[in-house]
Amino acid sequence: MTSTTPKPKKGLSLRLILILLSLVGLNLLVSLQIAQWSFSWLPVAASTAAPYVDGLFSLEVGMGAFLFNGCVGFILWSVIANRAEKYDESDGLPIEGNTKLEIIWTVIPFIIVMALAIYSIDVNGKLDTLGPKNKYDVAENQSPKTVASLDGLSEVGPIEVISRQWNWEFVYPNGVRSSELHLPIDQRANFLLTSKDVIHSFYIPAFRLKQDIIPGSVISYSITPTREGRYRLRDAHFSGAYFSENQTHVIVQSKDDYASWLQSTNERPLVPGLSPGTVQYQKRLSKGNKGWATVPPAPPPMVNDPGNPDDPHEA
Amino acid sequence: MTSTKYDPRILKTQHPVPGAPDNWKRFFTFNTDAKVIGIQYMCLALIFLLIGGLLAMVMRGELITPPADLVDPSVYNGLYTMHGTIMLFLFLFPVLNGFNNLLIPTMIGAPDMAFPKLNAAAFWLVPVFAIVLLASFFVPGGPASSGWWSYPPVSIQNPLGHFINGQFLWILAVALSGVSSIMGAVNFVTTIIRMRAPGMGYFRMPVFIWTAWAAQTLQLIGLPALTGGAIMLLFDLSFGTSFFLPEGGGDPVLYQHFFWFYSHPAVYVMVLPVFGIFSEVITVYSRKPLFGYKFVALASFIITFLGLIVWVHHMFYSGTPQWMRNLFMVTTMLIAVPTGVKVFAWLGTLWGGKIRLSTPMLFVLGGLINFIFGGITGVMLGTAPIDIHVGNTYFVVAHFHYIIFNTIGFGIFAGIYHWFPKFTGRMYYEGLGKVHFVLTFIGATLNWLPLHWAGLLGMPRRVASYDPEFAIWNVIASIGAFMLGVASIPFILNIVSSWVRGPKAPANPWNAIGLEWLLPSPPPAENFEDDVPTVISEPYGYGLGKPLVEDQNFYVRRSMEA
Repeated sequence: MTSTTPKPKKGLSLRLILILLSLVGLNLLVSLQIAQWSFSWLPVAASTAAPYVDGLFSLEVGMGAFLFNGCVGFILWSVIANRAEKYDESDGLPIEGNTKLEIIWTVIPFIIVMALAIYSIDVNGKLDTLGPKNKYDVAENQSPKTVASLDGLSEVGPIEVISRQWNWEFVYPNGVRSSELHLPIDQRANFLLTSKDVIHSFYIPAFRLKQDIIPGSVISYSITPTREGRYRLRDAHFSGAYFSENQTHVIVQSKDDYASWLQSTNERPLVPGLSPGTVQYQKRLSKGNKGWATVPPAPPPMVNDPGNPDDPHEA
Repeated sequence: MTSTKYDPRILKTQHPVPGAPDNWKRFFTFNTDAKVIGIQYMCLALIFLLIGGLLAMVMRGELITPPADLVDPSVYNGLYTMHGTIMLFLFLFPVLNGFNNLLIPTMIGAPDMAFPKLNAAAFWLVPVFAIVLLASFFVPGGPASSGWWSYPPVSIQNPLGHFINGQFLWILAVALSGVSSIMGAVNFVTTIIRMRAPGMGYFRMPVFIWTAWAAQTLQLIGLPALTGGAIMLLFDLSFGTSFFLPEGGGDPVLYQHFFWFYSHPAVYVMVLPVFGIFSEVITVYSRKPLFGYKFVALASFIITFLGLIVWVHHMFYSGTPQWMRNLFMVTTMLIAVPTGVKVFAWLGTLWGGKIRLSTPMLFVLGGLINFIFGGITGVMLGTAPIDIHVGNTYFVVAHFHYIIFNTIGFGIFAGIYHWFPKFTGRMYYEGLGKVHFVLTFIGATLNWLPLHWAGLLGMPRRVASYDPEFAIWNVIASIGAFMLGVASIPFILNIVSSWVRGPKAPANPWNAIGLEWLLPSPPPAENFEDDVPTVISEPYGYGLGKPLVEDQNFYVRRSMEA
């Protein structure tokens, strides 16, 4: 073992500092660019929550990119510059640590993540989407509506969202039932989320919002859409065999279109609604019921407007 | 026989020596030698890595096109459930317990574990619950298909109504696995606290020992919650109780608390020992002391403590009230600090080193880069507003595979190569090792990097079919997954052929510092027997010229004579 190794030179030369600074500057520019790109990695923004989420995401992408580039750059540089020659059996510089440096890289990350947390708490408060969760008595067949807490700030609703294995049903205050969710633009809508069987999740990527639906509880939830269009509503919580097919549309309309849709749909007769699970299960039965066990799907709900699953969606 | 070349101490023991007659048989017995048990754990675990990997390749075959066309959705759900369960309970935990068994006694100079019989019993529970779990493929209705979370009510729907069903066997297997892990943890913690070599104070223990200790402490605190939750779930499924069923006044969210109180720390149980492996390997192949050893060692227990108070971040959208989301977001973010300390310490260790890119070092550097990436996406997921968008999407799948395979898996491969000569007595082939690394790194990156974008665009996880706009990301991912399958070929070839006929390994082929390297390769059954060395310095004294133990030359000479 070689015991004498040259002492590292004290201090950094001016040239080295300039090179390092320009590398840090380059990293900063690259990271800013990546943070800008990150907006395009997300679906169209269609709710009041989306700009907050996208902004926060972009901020973290930028910070993450800066850290990742820096660390990986350092690793690659070390591997190139400090690679041992073949047959060089000697040891590296016996540096055992540097308390000052170690304190710095504990305190700075601490400040950064706490700042992120405080900012996120602020965003959480501003969005104010999640209302109270109230239990109702399933065995006694109690109506969830009787225990639900309504959102006083909302302009639309409460719209009952009923999830099943595997279909969605939406019931509006005037009694209209539909398989697709219709919402007026720029108005805060209040939902009462319930499930008839297992946990489902009410997820609209274009809104950047997701809320699990817990059987036995009714959850009050509020959303303000900000962009007209047709978007995907996906069940995001695994709910059994045909979970992946349990999707429908959210249609954001102008206030007038929404009002006239409510009006005209109210006069339409009840028909079996959209139920992707039922379709898939029929296919399975026609092929001899092969595969592993599954519960049969819930029958399609009777609705005024069954919607059209084949219409194109934006996100 | 021609066994005269071997140290008589090795031959009289139960330890396997390549070429010695009949020694392989001891792997199939109730052997109490920690080194035999370690190899038993590892070989069994690697077989299950292959099985779990094959299930994953069928899944990726299904997901290469948007509709569910390769297998029925019900079959897909069973496959992904069993993939996750097998990878966690039959690959990762056993393989890490393999490392614990091989490394804890040898690194601290103990002759064996504190409770050798308990140790063997803990191992033999693994094949028992493995059979229970695999049997579920053959019961009517197929295996459990509610994901490795097994959230009620979907997990207790029991469509066919049989008493013995896939979910029943799954819960039984997980509960047995918990019992086995608790038995292991008691042993590891006791051994570390009570059986260290003279002079080895806590701040002279190698970082692997620190991390193993921190991880096993988590097992002891967390596992009872999961095992209790699993038993309640079993009662709901089979005996008509309703702990988690709303019809009887229960609440499904209660299960989520039981589950995540253990299953989030479980990630740290797996990643902490890998941090230990990173610390051991980086120092050896950079020829430098670990930068800030004490900080790195203590950070392990800070992770243990914080790891126990973050579980609700898995439940940000389960109806968790706002104050609770905020609280658990803060604790989750805090974990970035001690893990950051470790990452920066490894970078500091590379600085000014004499770096050798042998296979273990390649896997550690690759794993470290992946870990930095996975850590950054982890902070994003810990940010509640972002999590509410990307939670339960492919972004999460991509993130946790970056941790669980691209970091933990890489660390495990690094550890297997690094200590292979020590415990088999044979050298592995460097060329094949490098091929394995290159294929694994490219395959893993192709597999999981693109899936982040699928998740950001809103593709939920656990789907058997998906909207066509996600197809491109899934095609690339499937190609990467098949490449990972191919990457296992050079690995298996290397390990099997090296063990059978590789060149004989010297006691300390990497010129490493540590008690295990003062033992012959492979070490005799009782390790140092009656001559346990007295430790006189901190670990990782590369370049300092100080001996690790008193009378070091005696031990070096003895290990070489073997």
